[in-house]
Amino acid sequence: MLVNLPARLRTLLLSLVLIAFALPAFAGPFEDAIAKFANDDYSDTEEAIGVVASSGNPLAFPIISALQDGRLMADSDSKKVYVTGADGKSIDAATGQPVDSVPDSASAVRLNNRLRRSVDAAIGSLTLQSPDIATRLQAAQSVFKSHEETALEAVDGALAKETNKSVKAALGDARAAILLFKPDASEVEKLEAVATLKARGDQEAMALLTGMGDQPASVAKAAASAIGSIQSSLAVWSTVQNAWYGLSLGSVLLLAAIGLAITFGVMGVINMAHGEMVMIGAYTTFVVQEVIRTRYPGLFDYSLLIAVPLAFLVAGAIGVLIERSIIRFLYGRPLETLLATWGLSLVLQQAVRTMFGPTNREVGNPSWMSGAFELGQITITYNRLWILVFTLAVFAVLLAMLRYTALGLEMRAVTQNRRMAASMGIATSRVDALTFGLGSGIAGIAGVALSQIDNVSPNLGQSYIIDSFMVVVFGGVGNLWGTLVGAFTLGIANKFLEPVAGAVLGKIAILVLIILFIQKRPRGLFALKGRAVEA
Amino acid sequence: MLKKSTHDIAASFSRRGLFAATAGLMLGLASLTGAKAADDTIKVGVLHSLSGTMAISETTLKDTILFLIDEQNKKGGVLGKKLEAVVVDPASNWPLFAEKARELITKDKVAVVFGCWTSVSRKSVLPVFKELNNILFYPVQYEGEESERNVFYTGAAPNQQAIPAVDYLMKDEKVKRWVLAGTDYVYPRTTNKILEAYLKSKGVAQEDIMINYTPFGHSDWQTIVADIKKFGSAGKKTAVVSTINGDANVPFYKELGNQGIKAKDIPVVAFSVGEEELAGIDTKPLLGHLAAWNYFQSVKSPENEKFIKAWQAYTKNPKRVTNDPMEASVIGFNMWVKAVEKVKSTDPDKVIDALPGTETPNLTGGVSKMLPNHHITKPVFIGEIKANGQFDVVWKTPGLVAGDAWSKELDGSKDLIGDWVGKKCGNFNTKTNKCLGSGS
Repeated sequence: MLVNLPARLRTLLLSLVLIAFALPAFAGPFEDAIAKFANDDYSDTEEAIGVVASSGNPLAFPIISALQDGRLMADSDSKKVYVTGADGKSIDAATGQPVDSVPDSASAVRLNNRLRRSVDAAIGSLTLQSPDIATRLQAAQSVFKSHEETALEAVDGALAKETNKSVKAALGDARAAILLFKPDASEVEKLEAVATLKARGDQEAMALLTGMGDQPASVAKAAASAIGSIQSSLAVWSTVQNAWYGLSLGSVLLLAAIGLAITFGVMGVINMAHGEMVMIGAYTTFVVQEVIRTRYPGLFDYSLLIAVPLAFLVAGAIGVLIERSIIRFLYGRPLETLLATWGLSLVLQQAVRTMFGPTNREVGNPSWMSGAFELGQITITYNRLWILVFTLAVFAVLLAMLRYTALGLEMRAVTQNRRMAASMGIATSRVDALTFGLGSGIAGIAGVALSQIDNVSPNLGQSYIIDSFMVVVFGGVGNLWGTLVGAFTLGIANKFLEPVAGAVLGKIAILVLIILFIQKRPRGLFALKGRAVEA
Repeated sequence: MLKKSTHDIAASFSRRGLFAATAGLMLGLASLTGAKAADDTIKVGVLHSLSGTMAISETTLKDTILFLIDEQNKKGGVLGKKLEAVVVDPASNWPLFAEKARELITKDKVAVVFGCWTSVSRKSVLPVFKELNNILFYPVQYEGEESERNVFYTGAAPNQQAIPAVDYLMKDEKVKRWVLAGTDYVYPRTTNKILEAYLKSKGVAQEDIMINYTPFGHSDWQTIVADIKKFGSAGKKTAVVSTINGDANVPFYKELGNQGIKAKDIPVVAFSVGEEELAGIDTKPLLGHLAAWNYFQSVKSPENEKFIKAWQAYTKNPKRVTNDPMEASVIGFNMWVKAVEKVKSTDPDKVIDALPGTETPNLTGGVSKMLPNHHITKPVFIGEIKANGQFDVVWKTPGLVAGDAWSKELDGSKDLIGDWVGKKCGNFNTKTNKCLGSGS
C-alpha cells in the first residue's frame, strides 16, 4: 500500500508517524507559533510563518504550502489550526495527527501582499532541494527575490548538490543577492556577487545593485560600473522592445482596419458602422464561450478557433443585410451614406446594450493566450504575439482570395469599372453585397481577436473606428498593401513617440503628422494610379 | 442564444424594422418618463446615462434609485404620498445633462434629483440647479474642490479615499516609490495633484514619483506597463496609484497580468475599480491588487446582508453585485427621506437647510452624517481583489472620516471651508474671514 504512494506523500506519512512518537505532549515554540495562525492578525501570521519555516519541523512545508493555497484552516475560538489536503483529508497542524473533520467555525487563514511575499520566501527555502527541477528553479528564484540572510545556508547546501545547469545558475544568482545584502560578508564575496549580477544583466539585477545601500568603496565602484553596463545594454533592448510594441500595435490597427479597407477602400462606402461589426464579432466570441462554459468546459482552449468562423458568418450576414437594405440605395451619395451608417452604428450599439446589458462581458483568455516569455531582456506576451500572427494570416488569406478566386476577380472588376463589368455579365449588385459582407465578416474576425485584449462592451467598436479610417486613408484608399504598411508605420511611430511624449501627446502628434502628410499626398502612401481611380 | 440574438439584430435592419426599433425605443423612454399628472405623488428625478460610454456605470445607479423608491413605497412612501421616479437619459452627453435637468425640474416638477457620475456632467448641471433652486444628490467619489448649496456629495472626497490608501501603502507595504497613473481628465489630474503634494509633504523625493496620463479608453498598455516595471526596478518598494477610469482598466490589468507583474511585487491601488468593473475581467491574475472605497460588498454587517438580499431579489439576479456608488446613493436617498420627514415638506429650501446634521446608517455598520459642507462622514476600507471578483478588506480606518470639500494639501484651497449652516458659504476663507462667493 505504502509503496504505491507518490514519493513525497510517502515521506510525509513516514514523517507524520515519526513525529507522533517524537513529539512530547507539552507545547513548544512551534506549537505556539501554529496557534498564532488562529489570531486572524497579519503581524501574528507573519511571525508564525517565520518560526514555522525555520523550525526544521517536517510539517513546515505542508503547513506553509497549505497557507499559500488557502488550505490552512484556523479556528479562532479553540486556537486549533488544520491543514486540509486536496483529497479532503485533514491533519492537525500542531501535531500532525489526522482529524476526522475540520469544525465549521474554522476559516482559511487570510493573507495580504506582505504575507504572500513571506510565504513565497519560506516556500523557496523549503523547496530548494525538491526532486522536481521546475520546483527547484522556482524556489531559487523566490530566494533571489527575497534574498534573506537566513536562506544562505539552505542555498549553499542546495548549490553543492545541484546538477541542473539552469537551477545552478539561479541558485548562484540567489546566493549573490543574499551576500550583497549580508552586512558581514567579506569584500571579496561582495565583489563576486556584483560580478554575478552584472552577468545576469536584467532589471531585477539592477534593482538589487541600486538598492543595496552603503558598501565598501571598492564594492560601490564595481556596482556603479555594473549598473552602467546593465543600463546601456537595457537601453539597446528597450529600442527592440519599442519596435516589438510598435509591431504589436500595428497588427491591432491592421486587424481593425482591414475590413474597412474593403468596404471603404475598395468599395468607397464610408461605413461608420464598421466598428460595430468588430463589436458583434467580440460578442459572438462571448456567446461561444458562454455555451462552452456551460456545456463543454473541456473545449475552452478551442473557443477562439470556434468563434472565428462563427464571427465571420454572423458579422458577414449582418453586413450583407445592411448592404441590401440601406447602402445599395445610397451608392454615389457619400454624405447620406455617412449619416445612415452612423445612425446605424448607434442603433446597433443600443441593440447590443439592450440584449447583453451595458456592462462589460467577460471573455476569458485560453491558456495559450495568457502569460509571456522572455526574449533576451524583453517580455513578449503570448496574446500579442498570436494576434500578430493571426493578423498576418488573415491578410494573406484575403489577398489570395482577391487575387486567385472568381469572386475576387469579380470584386476587382466591379470596383474598378462597374458598367464594363456589368456588360461582361457580372451580377454587380450581388458582388456588391458579397464584398460588403466580406468586409464586415473580416471586421467580425477582428472582434474575436480584440476581445482578448480589450473590453467586450457595446462601446468596443467606437474606439477603433477613428484609428481604422486613419490607417486606410494614410495607407492609400483602395490598396490593401497600403493598409498593411500604413498600420505598421503608425503603430511603430506611435510606440517610439509614446515613451518620449507620453500617451496623450503621442497620439496627438500622430494625428498632426497624418494631417500634414495628407496635405502633401492626398491619396495616401500608395495611391492607385490609372483609370481605376475615378471609376 | 446566438440564434436569437442574430435574429433580433437582423430584424432591425429592414427599413421598416429600423423605424419600428426607433419608435419602440422612444415609446420605451416615454413610458419610463411616464409624466402622468398625479398630485398625490412626490416626483423624484433620476439623471443617469442609460446609453453612451457612461451607461456601463450609471445604469446600475438608476436601478438602485428605482429599487429604493420601490422599497420606500412599500413602507408607505413619504409624508403619506407615494414616490414616483422620473427617469431621463442624458446619454453620456454633457450638455444634454443640463437640458434634461432643466426638463426634470421645470416640466416634471421633481422634488429632488439623484444623478451624474462624471465631474464634467455635474459641472454642466450645476447652473441649472442653482437657477431653478432644486437639490442634486451626487453619489460618486470625486476630486473635491467644490461645495455648492444645491448639491449634496455622498461619494468620497480625496481625503476619504486617496489619502488613506496612500497612508496604508506607506505604513503597511513600506512603499517608497510611487507611480500615479490616471486617465487624462479633471478627476485624476486633481487627485494626483493632491497626492503629489501629500507625498512630498511626507518626504518623498520628486524622482520617486512618476506621473502618467493616458487618453480615455486607452487599450494598448504595453509601453506603460513596461515603464512601470522599469520604474519599479530601482531597488525601492514601488506601488501604482491608479485613477484610470472606466473601460481602460480591463486592458491595463490584463497587460499587468500577462507581463507577470504580481501584486506582491508592485501592488496597484485603484480608486475607480469596484465589484461592477471586475465583473468583466478574469480576476485570477489580479489577486492581491488593491482598491480603496468606503464600501465593499464583502463587508459583513446586518445592514449590508439585508441590502444585498433585497437588491438581488429586486433585480431577480442572485449574482448581481453591489458597489460603492450604490451605497452612496442609498445613503443620499435615506438622508433626503429623513430630512423631508423632519420638515414635513419637499420644498427645496427647507430640505437643504434640514439636511446638514442628518444621520443615517450606512451599509458597513456605522452611521454617516451630513456635514455643513454638504459632504458626509464615511469609513475608508482597503480591499484586496480575490479570485471570485470580490474584495477582502485588509485595512480600515478606525472611525468615520469627515469629507473635506477643499483639500488641505493644495495651496489654493487649504484655507477654504464649505459651511452652509453658519457661514452660508461654500468657499469661506478662514484666513481672510471672507466668503469668496460664486466668482472663484
